[in-house]
Amino acid sequence: MIPAPFEYVRPSSVAEAVSAIGAAGEDGKILAGGQSLIPVLRLRLAYPTTLVDLGRVAEMQGVRDDGDAIVIGAMTTHHDVMHDPLVAEHAPLIAQATGTIADPQVRHRGTFGGALSHADPAGDLGAVALALGCEFVASGPGGERRIAASEFFHDYLTTALAPDEVLTQVRVPKLGAGWSSHYEKFNRVAQAWSIVGVAALVRRDNGSIAEARIGLTNMGSTPVRAAAVESALAGADVGSVAAAAEHAADGTNPPSDLSGQADYRQHLARVLTKRAVLAAVGS
Amino acid sequence: MTAVDERPEAEIGKARRRKEDAHLITGRTRWTDNLSVPGMLHLAMLRSPMAHATITSIDPTDARSRPGVVAVFTGADFKDVQGNVPCAWPVTPDMVNPGAPSLAVDQVNFAGECVAVVVARSKAEAQDALEGIDIEYEPLPPVLDMDQAVKDGATLVHPNTESNRSYTWVFESGAAGTGAPIDDALRDAEVTVSRRFVQQRLIPAFMEPRAVMVEPSGEGVTVWSATQIPHILRVMLALTLGLPEHKVRVIAPDVGGGFGGKIPVTPEEIISVLVARRLNKPVKYTESRSESLMAAHHGRDQLQDITITATRDGTVTGLDVHLLADMGAYLRLVGPGVPILGAFMYNAIYKIPAYRFVCEGIFTTKTPTDAYRGAGRPEATFAIERIMDELAVELGMDPMELRRKNWIKHEEFPFTTVAGLTYDSGNYEAATDKALELIGWNDLRAEQQERRDSNDPVQLGLGISTFTEMCGLAPSRVLGSLSYGAGGWEHAAIRMLPTGKVEVVTGASPHGQGHETAFAQIVADKLGVAFEDVELIHGDTASSHKGLDTYGSRSLAVGGIAIVNAADKVIEKARKIAAHLLEANEADLEFSGGKFRVAGSPGSEVGIADAALAVFAAHNLPDGVEPSIDAEATYDPENFSFPHGTHLCAVEIDTETGMTKIRKYVCVDDVGTPINPLIIEGQVHGGLAQGIAQALFEEAVYDDAGNLTTGTFVDYTLPSAADLPSFTTERTETPSTTNPLGVKGVGEAGTIASTPAVVNAIVDALRPFGVNDIRMPATPERVWRAIHGGGKHRAAGGTTAYGGASTSTSDGDGGDLQ
Amino acid sequence: MTKINVKVDGVSYADEVEPRTLLVHYLREQLGKVGTVVGCDTSNCGACTVDLDGRSVKSCTVLAVQADGGEVTTIEGLAGPDGELDPVQQAFHENHALQCGFCTPGMIMAVRDLLRENPNPSEDEIREGIEGNLCRCTGYQNIVRAAQAAAGVKS
Ligand SMILES: Cc1cc2nc3c(=O)[nH]c(=O)nc-3n(C[C@H](O)[C@H](O)[C@H](O)COP(=O)(O)OP(=O)(O)OC[C@H]3O[C@@H](n4cnc5c(N)ncnc54)[C@H](O)[C@@H]3O)c2cc1C
Ligand code: FES
Ligand code: FES
Repeated sequence: MIPAPFEYVRPSSVAEAVSAIGAAGEDGKILAGGQSLIPVLRLRLAYPTTLVDLGRVAEMQGVRDDGDAIVIGAMTTHHDVMHDPLVAEHAPLIAQATGTIADPQVRHRGTFGGALSHADPAGDLGAVALALGCEFVASGPGGERRIAASEFFHDYLTTALAPDEVLTQVRVPKLGAGWSSHYEKFNRVAQAWSIVGVAALVRRDNGSIAEARIGLTNMGSTPVRAAAVESALAGADVGSVAAAAEHAADGTNPPSDLSGQADYRQHLARVLTKRAVLAAVGS
Repeated sequence: MTAVDERPEAEIGKARRRKEDAHLITGRTRWTDNLSVPGMLHLAMLRSPMAHATITSIDPTDARSRPGVVAVFTGADFKDVQGNVPCAWPVTPDMVNPGAPSLAVDQVNFAGECVAVVVARSKAEAQDALEGIDIEYEPLPPVLDMDQAVKDGATLVHPNTESNRSYTWVFESGAAGTGAPIDDALRDAEVTVSRRFVQQRLIPAFMEPRAVMVEPSGEGVTVWSATQIPHILRVMLALTLGLPEHKVRVIAPDVGGGFGGKIPVTPEEIISVLVARRLNKPVKYTESRSESLMAAHHGRDQLQDITITATRDGTVTGLDVHLLADMGAYLRLVGPGVPILGAFMYNAIYKIPAYRFVCEGIFTTKTPTDAYRGAGRPEATFAIERIMDELAVELGMDPMELRRKNWIKHEEFPFTTVAGLTYDSGNYEAATDKALELIGWNDLRAEQQERRDSNDPVQLGLGISTFTEMCGLAPSRVLGSLSYGAGGWEHAAIRMLPTGKVEVVTGASPHGQGHETAFAQIVADKLGVAFEDVELIHGDTASSHKGLDTYGSRSLAVGGIAIVNAADKVIEKARKIAAHLLEANEADLEFSGGKFRVAGSPGSEVGIADAALAVFAAHNLPDGVEPSIDAEATYDPENFSFPHGTHLCAVEIDTETGMTKIRKYVCVDDVGTPINPLIIEGQVHGGLAQGIAQALFEEAVYDDAGNLTTGTFVDYTLPSAADLPSFTTERTETPSTTNPLGVKGVGEAGTIASTPAVVNAIVDALRPFGVNDIRMPATPERVWRAIHGGGKHRAAGGTTAYGGASTSTSDGDGGDLQ
Repeated sequence: MTKINVKVDGVSYADEVEPRTLLVHYLREQLGKVGTVVGCDTSNCGACTVDLDGRSVKSCTVLAVQADGGEVTTIEGLAGPDGELDPVQQAFHENHALQCGFCTPGMIMAVRDLLRENPNPSEDEIREGIEGNLCRCTGYQNIVRAAQAAAGVKS
């Protein structure tokens, strides 16, 4: 199918992008990698009048070191994130989760910022960003602001970004020594989105778990933290991971759809949390 | 005389690389959507968003004024000329066919039905203008569940019918004289096992979306279509639209897969012809994938109530089959006959004394159903192979022992079954023994026991499917006895060119099966010419005027034999010429390696190419002999052929998540004499993937309102390479005795056999949890629910419940876990 | 209409396109490169896969305007000037890795990309590397074999 007609603008800087989005008004839409937006346009589920293509905004691409954080440009493709040495060193969880997204072709085009802005609760990066405590940097007519990951996801496909704001980069705090991680994804066919996914970050100290951060994919209308598991794991030894993981679905309100009903998702969250944490600690 | 080169070895049996690949791997393809003709306009279809509704008004005024729009037509514009989308298979004399308009006129009966067509300069403009058609519907209640649909007082799909039952087709061995009365078997049974199995709705999902291009010319049309049936389409277009048949030319260019999905005559084809003729302009229509999933016909969708009876020692005494088969909203070309094809196969490879088969065809407000790879036979094989396992459990017998005890032994062929078919040959023992060894059955059984004993979270299951199928559709008299509207023969012609090259014309219409290669191998051997010197002509009614096309694993077993017969005629005609040139007696000539020689006197010889040149020149021919050695033949099989095989599957089930992984899949198929082992293997692989996909991945799901929920490839989950294992495929060779090549069909074997092998393996893994059935597709959620719900539950939980959420309890105990 | 400059299979084109034109439709309809096909509307099937600036993409999920200034290679640009096949094309033929052939252009492009990134893939890596390409005919086994064979040729 063919999208409905629209105007096309292609800014080359963040400033130009912000003014283009402002000029486009409420029916304008940002185009990043297009891997979520273009299928939506083809199915004529949306009718934007203007697309603002961020593809040539060089300052939004790539990963750089910024002291206590690495900064991932919103327009960095999934493929480039997966193969970036800084990501590998400081946030291997991101690389691993990104590798589970879709397929190589989609990863060549889809972007880190696009996936997070799209805010599909079945998307894999939201839970990862929550667990890592990322900071989202947005530019709008009023200038730049930073949004904590915990404040970023508002609802299904809805974020803290204002309609005239552009997500420009994501700051990923460097974790100190002792941290390890794992992303556990469960889906029915390889190319599909997560039925449930679990991002686990664990800091070990003297053989026991000092601190854990768990992000859940597709367990609600936004990615969520499994707070009850995190507190149960704090100071626990590896033998009690299974018991702690029993809390993974506490307080969650997952969807029921073709891939699974809510109670099944809650069950999966427990099983996958156990597996993710055990994999993170290497056992 | 120049003799043709000595040809080194037999072509038949050789793993020839395919002739058809060259243009496909380089992108020089002729898919229908790649084609265009000057002045061509583009069509877009407006489709009903409602499953069941009356159309209260349609106003295309706005659409007509959009840029680039040439015309907009609605059902009212064509209602007097469009006739009905044809159904060629009235399975019973009283079958109710309420008629099927191509463009709905005043009522829509499934979501996706065409209600208007826009004709525009470009495809984009045509699609844009769809939004300018103002249409209003008055909703009617959807009819989604077959059990409900046949109850008194049920909402009728079609106002001009008295019930939603189109037909009831019955076979009973006592009455037919092919076996004992079923009622006796049921009454006297020592052991009885009954089950309801659900054949979920599937979508053929060929990769090339359907497309059709029509060029009008005078009284007639030329139609290019992504179809499996150019010849049948030609006749049907002529009959349906009152066109003179000789003015209708149908071309199937490159066709990207079919699997039955491109068998029927489609509303879109008829609409395209109507529009092209009304405007006197060429038009093209190509469906999108969403349209294809929603509106191209679906497959399977049967409720199977199966009862098997046996003696305590494991001798099967009777089989009673009752089907409800969902026709969807309309009867398509062979839709009513699809479940009936299964009637002959439920008894499968077993000696069953008494048998009854009852099938009711039911209307619902869903997409019409028709053939999907295997058509009736996968359903039959699934049911018998599943119930054999359940019977084995009931008897406390090993499932393979039970099968061995009841199957037809190799020395018992030919064997006439309780369904009245005569199986010519087979060797189930040999295939089974080979398969058991290849998979390492005993080791796997031991491992299974260990995993059970240690409560391993990953459990192992072993599944068996020993199957046969009838293929090579079909002896015309059999089709006649089933009231099918056509025969089952196939046609071929061989044209000998003056330079010794050969054109072979076939009425089969390939779309991926490798006919150009396999048929060339046959002809090369028959005529003693080089493989490279044979060219196949097909898929155009102007050049291959006669044929019944490709489906039902018939191309080789029927079409191939027509070619053999034509080749024999060529040889006989050439023999006359050779005798004349050699000044010998015809009877003294022997023909081998492409040459005629006088028996016992080597040296002088005439090649078949020499004969071809001689008739071209026609300077020196025997008196009264026409200057041609070309020949045609039409072959009508006496009987089906019966490929068989043993498929074994080992699955690992993660009991914590319900995920099933195929650990090993082994099959030993007997497809008779192999023409090209490479092509056979490819057909088996592809068939396995589709059969496994039914077991594990695919289901067309409707919501309460009758909308297809699985309307894109996001939700209709075809397996990718990463979701399937590598298969071990081997063969045994028991030549068919029903045809001179000894071949049997291979196109459907993998699909037919694999589904029950996988499901039997899953149920086998889960037996310790009290599970004795699992609904397909066996999604992780269903498996998990089966494990944790105990044996009573059939794991229909999940919104993928059969027939939509509102009907999830259609079998009485399905939805209780929700 | 927007002006674009693209190089496709070695030839430079300057064209006016509607912004909504998908790259695959530009290739098929404006350039006549019908070797690249469309099999879905949701970026799932991979039939439309081409190389854009050296990486495989689904050309149904790229706008033609996004390819402005870029270089595209399609299935039609693989064979050498004298018709010599790319090793992946050859391997598909040798290993019977196609039946109807509709998925084949995309599959071949995907396998080429896979081998570019990973010249010696394991069977699992091959299967995952082509998970964005659906084939309904082959069951994938011979496609995997073809990829293995092509890897052998290339390395
Ligand atoms: C077949 C397939 C399978 C997939 N599977 C997965 C999966 O398993 N897991 C997963 O996480 N994802 C999956 N995806 C989605 C993929 O990750 C997308 O790339 C991603 O969701 C969107 O990124 P994009 O750069 O393509 O954004 P686009 O499609 O261009 O944009 C998506 C949305 O975000 C907005 N947007 C984009 N960038 C910005 C920005 N910088 N500032 C503000 N708004 C912005 C756009 O306006 C649009 O609304 C899949 C996609 C496909 C096609
Ligand atoms: S057509 Fe591009 S992915 Fe299907
Ligand atoms: S060869 Fe037909 S879809 Fe792959």
